[in-house]
Amino acid sequence: MMKNHNDCRDGCFGYPMTRRNFPGRALAGAAGLWLADSLAIRSWAATPAAKTTGQAKSVIQIWMWGGPAHLDTFDPKPEAGNDYCGPYKKPIETNVKGIRICEQLPELAKQADKCAIIRSMTHGSNAHEIATYMVQSGRPAGERLVYPCVGAVVSFFKGYQAGYRGQLPPYVVLTEPQGRASEGGFLGARYKPFATGGDPAKTPFEVEGIVAPGITDAQQRQRREWLDQLNTLRRAAADTPAMQALARSEDEAYDMILGGGAKMFDLSTEKDELRERYGKNTFGQSCLVARRLVEQGVPYITINYPGWDTHKNHFQTMRTKLPELDKGMATLLQDLADRGLLESTVVWWSGEFGRTPKIQWEAPYNGGRGHWGNAFSALLAGGGFKGGRVVGSSDARGETVKERPTSPSDLIASIYNRLGIDSDARLPQPDGTTVPIMTATTTGGLLKEIL
Amino acid sequence: MKRAIPALLLLGLSTAAPSVENNPAVHATGSIDSLVRASCRAAGIQPAGPCPDEVFIRRVHLDAIGTLPEAEEAQAFLEDKNPEKRSLLVDRLLERKEFADYWALKWCDLLRVKSEFPINLWPNAVQTYHRWVRDSLAENKPYDRFVREILTASGSNFRAPPVNFFRAVRDREPATIAQAVALTFMGARTERWSPERLAGMAAFFQDIKYKKSNEWKEEIVYVDLLGGTARDAVLPDGTRVALKPGTDARTVFADWLTRPDNPWLAGNIVNRIWYWLVGVGIVQEADDFRPDNPPANPELLALLERELITHRYDLKHMYRLILNSATYQRSAIPTTERPEAERYFAHYPLRRLDAEVLIDAINQITGTTESYVSLIPEPWTYIPKETRSIELADASITSSFLELFGRPARDSGLESERNNSPNAAQRLHLLNSSHIQRKLADSDKLRALARSQNPVDELYLTILSRYPTDEERNIVSGHKPGNRSLTAELAWALINTAEFQYRH
Repeated sequence: MMKNHNDCRDGCFGYPMTRRNFPGRALAGAAGLWLADSLAIRSWAATPAAKTTGQAKSVIQIWMWGGPAHLDTFDPKPEAGNDYCGPYKKPIETNVKGIRICEQLPELAKQADKCAIIRSMTHGSNAHEIATYMVQSGRPAGERLVYPCVGAVVSFFKGYQAGYRGQLPPYVVLTEPQGRASEGGFLGARYKPFATGGDPAKTPFEVEGIVAPGITDAQQRQRREWLDQLNTLRRAAADTPAMQALARSEDEAYDMILGGGAKMFDLSTEKDELRERYGKNTFGQSCLVARRLVEQGVPYITINYPGWDTHKNHFQTMRTKLPELDKGMATLLQDLADRGLLESTVVWWSGEFGRTPKIQWEAPYNGGRGHWGNAFSALLAGGGFKGGRVVGSSDARGETVKERPTSPSDLIASIYNRLGIDSDARLPQPDGTTVPIMTATTTGGLLKEIL
Repeated sequence: MKRAIPALLLLGLSTAAPSVENNPAVHATGSIDSLVRASCRAAGIQPAGPCPDEVFIRRVHLDAIGTLPEAEEAQAFLEDKNPEKRSLLVDRLLERKEFADYWALKWCDLLRVKSEFPINLWPNAVQTYHRWVRDSLAENKPYDRFVREILTASGSNFRAPPVNFFRAVRDREPATIAQAVALTFMGARTERWSPERLAGMAAFFQDIKYKKSNEWKEEIVYVDLLGGTARDAVLPDGTRVALKPGTDARTVFADWLTRPDNPWLAGNIVNRIWYWLVGVGIVQEADDFRPDNPPANPELLALLERELITHRYDLKHMYRLILNSATYQRSAIPTTERPEAERYFAHYPLRRLDAEVLIDAINQITGTTESYVSLIPEPWTYIPKETRSIELADASITSSFLELFGRPARDSGLESERNNSPNAAQRLHLLNSSHIQRKLADSDKLRALARSQNPVDELYLTILSRYPTDEERNIVSGHKPGNRSLTAELAWALINTAEFQYRH
């Protein structure tokens, strides 16, 4: 029974130990495993390749987690009266004649020529999870399949399979993942985003797993050797598929730790003046990191920006949040434009819904706004979208869509269009069949106005 | 160095592992092993030898109760001279509280227990349903009764927990419910059925109705006996049944499914348990029974079915049988490079720990806890920090660690939704994240071990459930950790070994 009985010269708690080399790591760089993955996917029958003729290469998604008030951002209604607009009665003119936005967004007002504001978003759901799923995936809720969200789809079509060779994963979230809403859906775990953790407003930005404070590169290398020496089972079972997969993932991880990964997140090389302009807070510095990742060719970056679910004391919160949003996002747009990156980068601003136009003045809300999925706003800039435009409109109180209803699916299809992902492209399911990435909508369709 | 274990002595230990194969007292277990050996022989595959005690104590803890053995438990087991100590350990583990906790976690994966989208059970229903599942497992409720209680449940989602089965589906169409019943209790995927066959089964679930009460998120699931119409339903075996108005058609279906000669119920559950413990199903995937996916060893499947039925659907009996078998207790090191050896159960397959088990093990080693929060309001779910991850009821509890390590979303009820394959982000997290570094650095438990008489032995026992080998002792004593503490560096290395992260 005990085959290889006498091979265990080295002592390995009963396991026969073969004297093999440690799994080769010279060839298996970060791209190695991902390539292997994409080959596996290609073999899933009949996944038609998406056309990649669009000019946009990357997307920065500013996810307004919780649902921002459309009336207090890009769809002001000063004529609706105090019960609707509260303290924000004087929207400001932007650098595009006729477009007015909330008075708390003066820097973004100077960037309006780069932006398309969609004031007629609608899906009708007031539940966070369902609305998030619909806005992030473009699919109706309640289907049998759980679809991947836009970031996963983009990393499927623009990631390693499409020739991306970056050291960082093709889908990065700053900084915290959102659970379900940033999932790969039926595409599976490998299309989930890499969440950085940490805080880019702190020095150093401790990108979870890549940047470990107090451990030098030399120490990292020593630690790795030390681990290899003690990795008895991995050596004993080196030829098994399980241990080979583990070795590959470890090679990839160390490529990120010891390769350039850490430098890409190192903001100390940026001018302090620019860092100030972005705003020295988590959101502002996340915008700066996002720009750096775009420079590295990362196809999809989500900035998860929490704090917009303002049921209570809404306006107190807006007084601090809106200036933060204003600085960070406006500087991002200007910085991308200055570097010639805006033409190839879509910036998408949206939450899962808007907020109730009518203010709840009574306790316990004390001036709060609830969830509102009937009508809300989104913003698109760069990547070939026409700026200085407003698409659609809501009624006088911002309660319903007046012109050109736009579903999340319409907006997402438009982003795919800019990226050159064909609307009839298909996604593989685990059972080998494929499904179309988009379905037809009954709303206004593709945003032809700004394409 | 009294505890220093030279390699050859270890080997001696492992060859002296109790041979259950020759023990007539465990006849059925012996039959399992004969059937597996015969099929290996026919395929020309040499099965791996028995695993040593050091491996067994760790493996059986992780497999049976999803929990790492404590250092003292490992030590006591290794020093125990009783030749029956493995089967005695199995008996003890099956009575542990963690047995019910861990298997409730598995069952809640299959039953899609989560508060939010796309299942939307909502927190208080999740808690009551989870508790019912856990209590059913703790009392070892006969499996046929467990299934019948679910299939025939009526009442409030808060007060009659198993009614939540009929709510834990994406929509409440009879065909969707039939699909969930077929997948969960028959291991059958109705996507492969003809539409008529599915419609025939759906007719048994056509009278289920739902109504709200005045209590927030309460829902009553009931069968509309008066509204039901006379109609034909067709059992999955093709038998046509005339349903009369006034009968709960679900009981007709449950009667059929739980009949001892039903080909699906027993086969599916024994195959699942085999898959859960042995790592590869006799029918693989474990929830994909169909004529063109035959069992790797039909006699073995038939034997296990017979055992379940003659023992009145006693699930713990099945766990005991399998865990005591020589097949389960084989080494994880293959004797052959032929990949099909796993399908012959010729060795124990290496599998990464489940996400929840992994973080619980790290917490146990370091004496730290996780803090879980639920973003789902009304009622806010308060989760005490002592709660272990295998005890979590709700898949909607936010946790980036559990997400990263492949916790299933509980959307589909498929076994394959749990993803235990490794990736770079997981390795980054264990090697280098502040989450894990902090646990190691802040651990009073590790600091106490560092001050003990034999810190290296203590660390090996705590983390890998064994003593170090001579070679490992040499490596450790020759290591220069620089400005870092040797024990902290050793703890870091050991939790990053394959031996820690994998069931082996």
